[in-house]
Amino acid sequence: MMVETTLLKLSSVGKQFGGLSALSDVSLHIRRGEIYGLIGPNGAGKTTLFNVITGLYQPSVGEFQFNGQGYQACKPHVLARAGIARTFQNIRLFANLTALENVMIGRHVRTRAGVLGALLRNRATRNEERAVVERARELLRYVGIEKPAQTLAKHLSYGEQRRLEIARALATDPLLLALDEPAAGMNATETASLKSLLQTIRDSGITVLLIEHDVKLIMGLCDRVAVLDYGKKIAEGIPEEVRKNPDVIAAYLGASHD
Amino acid sequence: MEIFLQQIINGLVQGSVYALVALGYTMVYGILGLINFAHGEVVMIGAMLALSSLTVLLGLSVPPLLALLFSIILAMAGCMALGYTIERIAYRPLRHAPRLAPLITAIGVSIVLQNLAMMIWGREYHSFPQLIVNATHSLGGAVINDIQIIIFILALLIMAGLMAVVHRTRLGRAMRAVAENQHAAQLMGVDINRVISLTFMLGSALAAIAGLMVSANYGLAHYYMGFVLGLKAFTAAVLGGIGNLRGAMLGGLLLGLIESLGAGYIGDITGGFFGSNYQDVFAFLVLIVVLVFRPSGLLGERLAERA
Repeated sequence: MMVETTLLKLSSVGKQFGGLSALSDVSLHIRRGEIYGLIGPNGAGKTTLFNVITGLYQPSVGEFQFNGQGYQACKPHVLARAGIARTFQNIRLFANLTALENVMIGRHVRTRAGVLGALLRNRATRNEERAVVERARELLRYVGIEKPAQTLAKHLSYGEQRRLEIARALATDPLLLALDEPAAGMNATETASLKSLLQTIRDSGITVLLIEHDVKLIMGLCDRVAVLDYGKKIAEGIPEEVRKNPDVIAAYLGASHD
Repeated sequence: MEIFLQQIINGLVQGSVYALVALGYTMVYGILGLINFAHGEVVMIGAMLALSSLTVLLGLSVPPLLALLFSIILAMAGCMALGYTIERIAYRPLRHAPRLAPLITAIGVSIVLQNLAMMIWGREYHSFPQLIVNATHSLGGAVINDIQIIIFILALLIMAGLMAVVHRTRLGRAMRAVAENQHAAQLMGVDINRVISLTFMLGSALAAIAGLMVSANYGLAHYYMGFVLGLKAFTAAVLGGIGNLRGAMLGGLLLGLIESLGAGYIGDITGGFFGSNYQDVFAFLVLIVVLVFRPSGLLGERLAERA
């Protein structure tokens, strides 16, 4: 039963940078089809955990399971192929490529044309290329930025860049979409439309992992929430429970731990 | 006027070869931020491989065009394997080292390849066999021969093909993505090691063709021919804006023209004090001037972004 419903499972994961322990003994599991939130004060280790999940960092200790398979010392492109896609806290688009091309890059893992195909331009390659363009346009429409498809990514507005990053991540056909502070710097209207976009994505069957500072957004959107503080998980559960957890209140408000 | 036209023709032909080699420098720089100083040596190995293969095949009285075709393919394959190997053993282990380390390594690889070539092919000049009747044509008082026409047209076709690969294909898209941001590209499922290997191989294939062109044009090949050629192509890449493909092509053609016109008129300008044997001076004057006044090159905006 657990195997079927759990998409991602971390067991006692730790990450050290030199003498500094950024994560210690973090265990959590994310179920298929849920929106899972990760919150915590600044420097709590959220982004580190994120980087471990997406393969940018190798965990120092602990186990990592995704979609029923264990991974160790895994390269990001392998995890991308396995179905993990992410966006960044500080947007990392390919600035000098067009919006459409950015999304097309996301299709890279799901296409196969090799060098030979690229040089010969045979029918299979051309068909694949056409399908890639079509799917990329579809995704731009899906996130609501189909108009500036031919605009260079660096010329898009901030909100459009955020959406483009999501479209690019979705282009990899992920099972898990991991978003690092997607609402950062957004105004209330933009946040509200982001919220409904994330709900649409979840309803389409993609599991969402969300790091966010905006506690209101997290509480209103997530099915379950975990709280990190000083690299440790101090609480996990449905938003209502977590909100009342004394450790969480202490971590956020700085009350003494005695 | 005849001299002028003649020098333009010579400059364009030579420049198109520079452009092919400069593309190899610029592609690698665009992706890794590394100047692969061994690239000139890859050009030389390409020329030597083609020459050896031609000599053997013609000795077996294989028809010239067939021999040429086979030799081109062999030189390209050999250089691609060489480019792959260089990246794999000399640069990849240093990917995260300070930038000076791979630069020094590149110079080391260059020396190793030169000496290796000297051991295999000796110190003497090898003459390039005549494959076609190289007819010359008169063009407004200037002269152009068949080999020059073939070199120029072939170079343009190859450059157009490369642009198509880079801008229209999955591989090209992956290359541009890795050049922009390696982390993000990886997270999109791009295997950056593979893309880097393929970039080296693509650049080396162009180098092989350029090597063959140079030795066909001058009728000679020599173990040391890659050194100066490599430096000039590097100059061309810097002139156009290193990291920028169009810049490399523009820089190559411009450098060819500057060099050729400079060599054509240096005698007149200096009252016969310097002769056309000072041709090489111009390329390096250009390098110095560009580095002082416009280090990002003619089309290079990307460099500023990276620095």
